[in-house]
Formats: sequence, C-alpha cells, structure tokens
Amino acid sequence: MSNAVMTVNIAGVELKNPVMVGSGTFGSGMEYSEFVDLNKLGAVVTKGVANVPWPGNPTPRVVETCGGMLNAIGLQNPGIDTFIERDLEFLKAYDTKVIVNVCGRTVEDYVEVVERLSDEAVDMLEINVSCPNVKEGAIAFGQKADALFNITEEIKKHAKQPVIMKLSPNVTDIAEMARAAEAAGADAVSLINTLTAMKIDIHKRTFALANKTGGLSGPAIKPVAVRMVYQAAQAVKIPVIGMGGIANAEDALEFIMAGATAVAVGAMNFHNPYTTGEVIDGIQDYMIKYGVKDIKELTGCV
Amino acid sequence: MGKRKETARVLSQEMLADEIYSMWIETDIAGEAFPGQFISVYTKDKTKLLPRPISICEADKGGRLRIVYRIAGAGTKEFSQYKAGDEIDILGPLGNGFPIKNENAVLIGGGIGIPPMLELAKRLKGDKTIVLGYRDADTFLVDELKEYGNIVIATDDGSLGTKGNVIDAIKENKVTGRVIYACGPTPMLRGVKKFAEENGVEAYISLEERMACGVGACLGCVCKSTDTDDHSKVKNKRICADGPVFNATEVEL
Repeated sequence: MSNAVMTVNIAGVELKNPVMVGSGTFGSGMEYSEFVDLNKLGAVVTKGVANVPWPGNPTPRVVETCGGMLNAIGLQNPGIDTFIERDLEFLKAYDTKVIVNVCGRTVEDYVEVVERLSDEAVDMLEINVSCPNVKEGAIAFGQKADALFNITEEIKKHAKQPVIMKLSPNVTDIAEMARAAEAAGADAVSLINTLTAMKIDIHKRTFALANKTGGLSGPAIKPVAVRMVYQAAQAVKIPVIGMGGIANAEDALEFIMAGATAVAVGAMNFHNPYTTGEVIDGIQDYMIKYGVKDIKELTGCV
Repeated sequence: MGKRKETARVLSQEMLADEIYSMWIETDIAGEAFPGQFISVYTKDKTKLLPRPISICEADKGGRLRIVYRIAGAGTKEFSQYKAGDEIDILGPLGNGFPIKNENAVLIGGGIGIPPMLELAKRLKGDKTIVLGYRDADTFLVDELKEYGNIVIATDDGSLGTKGNVIDAIKENKVTGRVIYACGPTPMLRGVKKFAEENGVEAYISLEERMACGVGACLGCVCKSTDTDDHSKVKNKRICADGPVFNATEVEL
C-alpha cells in the first residue's frame, strides 16, 4: 500500500477513489459482484430507474462495431418499488457510495423517483437526460440548454441528495449545456452518454438494431469524450465526472487530466468484468511511479 | 467457484463440416459446467469488444471443455484458426443449463443448436431419441450422438433422412417421449413449442440472442416471457442469466 491519496469529493460526498461505473453497464452491481469487490469502487452507479417498470425496446438491442458497440436497450427497468426493495437493499451490504440514475418520460416522472429516493440509502442522484434510445423524455431534456436548465431546476427543488446531470454528446456545444446545468443548480455533471449511431446488417439488408439507431460506446468514442470533458470542465466550476470508452488506468488518467474529478467505466465492463479494479490499481501505480501524493494534483492538470 | 474470466489453452481444433469447427480447450470451468450452459469467447482483435457466446458441447471433470461452433463472422473465423497450444480467453460457465430429467426424452437440435445435445445426451439416464436437423447431408456429430440414443435426421434438401424440418421428422418417425429438450433457430423452436403444447409434453428450449455482458447486467439479450418476470417486472427474461434454457411455456417466440 502507498500513501497516495485517491479520495475525491463531489458535492460533499467523499469517494474512496475516483472510479465508478457507467449507468446501465453494471446493473445495480449484483451481477458483477461475482467478479469485482464492490467495496473497492468509488461508487456504484445504478442502471436508470423510472417511476414504473419499463419494458425497453425490441431485440436485437446490442451490436458490436469497430472498437465499440451500439445499444438500444431503451431503459428497461423494474420501476422504483422493486429497485428500492431489491437493488438498494443489496447495495446496503457494501462500503461504497451509491449513485442512482433516474430516468423518466415527463418531468413529473423524474420528480416522483427523486422524491421516492429522498429517504433511502442513496448518496447522489444522476439524472439521465441523455439516453438516445427512448422516444419520450430522456434526451428530449438534454439537447437544448433551456430544457436542461428547466428540468435541472425542477429536480433540484425536490432532491435531497446532490444532483449530477448526465449530459449528452449529441449537442452542438457541450460547454453551453454544462453551464446550463450549473446555472440551474446542478451539483455536478457527468459525460458523455452514448453517441447516436447506426449499423446496417448487409446480409439481412436492414438495421442491425430493432430500434434502427442506438448509442455508440466503447474505446471508439474515447477521444470525443476526453475532448468534451475538457470543454465542460473549462466551462463550469462544479465537478465533472468523465466517461466514454475507459478500458484501463491510462484512459482514466486522460479524463482526470482533462478535468474530470471522477471517472466511470462503462462498456468495457462487458469486455472485461475486472476492468474497474484494474483501473483503480493502475491509477495508484501511476501515482506511485510519478510521486503523485494526491489524485487532485492531476485533476485538470493539462 | 462461479463465473469467471480466464485464459484457457487450446488442446485441439478440427473442422467437422463446412464452416463447422470443433475445439477442445483446457479450463477448470469444464468441471463446473452443465449441459445447456455456454461460455463467452474473446477474440484477440482488440477492436472487437464483445465476447462470442458459444454453447458447451462437452465438458469433463478432467478440465477439458469442447465447443462446436459455426463461422458466423470475423470473430469465429479467428477462433477456427487457433491451434493446439494457443491461448484463448473465456468467460464462464454462463447461463442455467438444461434440467436433467431421467425419463424417456426427445433431444432436438437444429444446425448449430446440435452441439449442446451431446453433453446433455451423455448425462440423461433414460431412453433417448435424438432428432437432428441439417441443411443437407454435410452433417456433424451424428456418430458421437449415436452412442447415446436413436438418431432421427431431417434435412432441408431431403438428401438425408426426412425432407423437411425436425417436426416433420418427428411425425414421420412417430417419435414420442415424456420430455423434450431443444436448441436451434427460432422458427424451429417455435415449431417445437407448438408440438409440445399439442401433445402435452414438457419442453425445454434453449434460446439465442445478441449478447453484450453475458451475465445478466446489461439487458441486451432479452426474450418475451408469458407472464411478468420476477426480475424485470415486465414481460422480459434475460436469455444469458435467466436462460438460455426456458420451459417452453415460460416464453413467447
């Protein structure tokens, strides 16, 4: 063990290290607890949960692309009741921070979930205004600065926990979006969600995904994500949580140096279920090698 | 020990039919695997993110596991070029597997759904009829399956056995049993489900879908369930974690 300080603070919540998971890539941790010691993670970010169960999109929902994958799950989730009884109950056994990703079709849906979580063992809320795979809600709130401002402001009125707004990369100016979230009172922003994309199955002469479009994730999007995290971090004073194709500690450090206070491992959990632990160990190794005493020395250092 | 990702060693590789390959690998996962379960196999090409789910054809306590797979794209093409001594990363054992019922059983495999029937046939104690559907006379695994039950064959082009599908072959040969186990393309499974319902026979079917995580987290590979599922709270079941084997009455195809 070293004396390298890896703790980070986001809106008053102290994480033991800056590594969390990308919403939707890790369930609520249950399935990956066979591979990863959840106690080791800075935080578990749960799959998006709505006020009622959502069935999601038809299959095929996933397809591989060069250096990445497309998904169009469509935010299938069991609804807040089951989520609280089962998923949050499961996470209570672990010494890690719990960040619940919240989705909805209307502002009222989001507010209902946020209020239901107010007295639960939840450290932070991540508001999904950036899923490209559902027809109503989600990204509809995340592609225009005024819509993002309004929903952020409304959620902040009802939320007891700090609010992270998860931003979409499918916008013209990410800095403007980050500023809108900050101006409306967001405690942090996380980015990037997936990039809207498409793959054609040439053998079947149709779309590879039943939803036609899906969200691109994986190492293919990492340079785009690093650029956007840098721009967002330059634009706001609130913490930025960076993600997009992180496969190893080197990738995570790029995001941190670009300005991310914390990072999330997403699609690469599917490739290697041990990725999160390897990223944490690798960051520590880097800090020891270069004599970095506190991870905060690296945050936004470029 | 449960699910894990590990590096296995290739013991042998053999082509069984056009684009159908058999690979034996050495892995501790073999000793824990059940028929009907699968492993996810990683390519060495780092631009390919997702492992390929492949059914377990044979698994012995001595740490030897066999997959028989079809070349479906660049990933499986790469696997087919591995030779004895090569390393191969796998994730497993995944999924639930077939429930073992030692009564008069009908095992139905269509195309690349045939391989999991071999380990199942080895473990089932009762009388077995094994119904195999192929495109044409370029068959595979028939000799090995023959040791464990009566073989009935259907081919699309009629070049061997009954001309038609596995249900046509079952009807033509008046195959009966108290339990059906089936794996194959969805249209075949639809036929098996209907046949089982009409004849009041219990049927277990193994489904396939594009997967990402393989462990039940991402909800990529769901199928429609007859009733609201306990885990999802909607009419969706996860093929990788709740299946791939389902009682035919549980799912809609």
